[in-house]
Amino acid sequence: MSDKTLTRMDLSEAVFQEVGLSRNESSELVESVLQMMSDALVAGEQVKISSFGTFSVREKAARIGRNPKTGEEVPIQPRRVLTFRPSHLMKEQVAAGNKR
Amino acid sequence: MIRSELIQKIADDNPHLYQRDVERIVNTIFEEITNAMARGDRVELRGFGAFSVKKRDARVGRNPRTGESVQVEEKHVPFFKTGKLLRDRLNGK
Repeated sequence: MSDKTLTRMDLSEAVFQEVGLSRNESSELVESVLQMMSDALVAGEQVKISSFGTFSVREKAARIGRNPKTGEEVPIQPRRVLTFRPSHLMKEQVAAGNKR
Repeated sequence: MIRSELIQKIADDNPHLYQRDVERIVNTIFEEITNAMARGDRVELRGFGAFSVKKRDARVGRNPRTGESVQVEEKHVPFFKTGKLLRDRLNGK
């Protein structure tokens, strides 16, 4: 394990290397991809990327939570949360790559 | 939305690019994320979310059909945490 953190910059660099557009345009394209996925999710759509994974939006009902420090009860409003389910291929690659 | 629809939308917004290049761009982004996690790296995309790898300890599992105990080895699984901006947008903030 190398324990590095990649950012948008690394993704745009990969796009730049792969397609040979300008660095500027490469980073704009990475941004548009993330933007379009976000917009679809905010619209309540599922985003299904074959061999990568599926992002879905789930509705969570209201419930009574508790402040763990004070023990005080606090209402938690109904909300929408995003879940990511990795594809089998991703799970296999991540398991194989990190195996000791 | 599926991968091909995402590619189509990017292609529509960028008429100066060849469709096959748009495909390569989109595929590269997802491959890069998967490859990073396969190396044990994190991918942090501010506002969207972060992909990381979590370790699952070895455990004794059970075959649900036979009830037999089986040793399950330690393994690493992909994990995604939604970014603050996207989480807020999902809730209309």
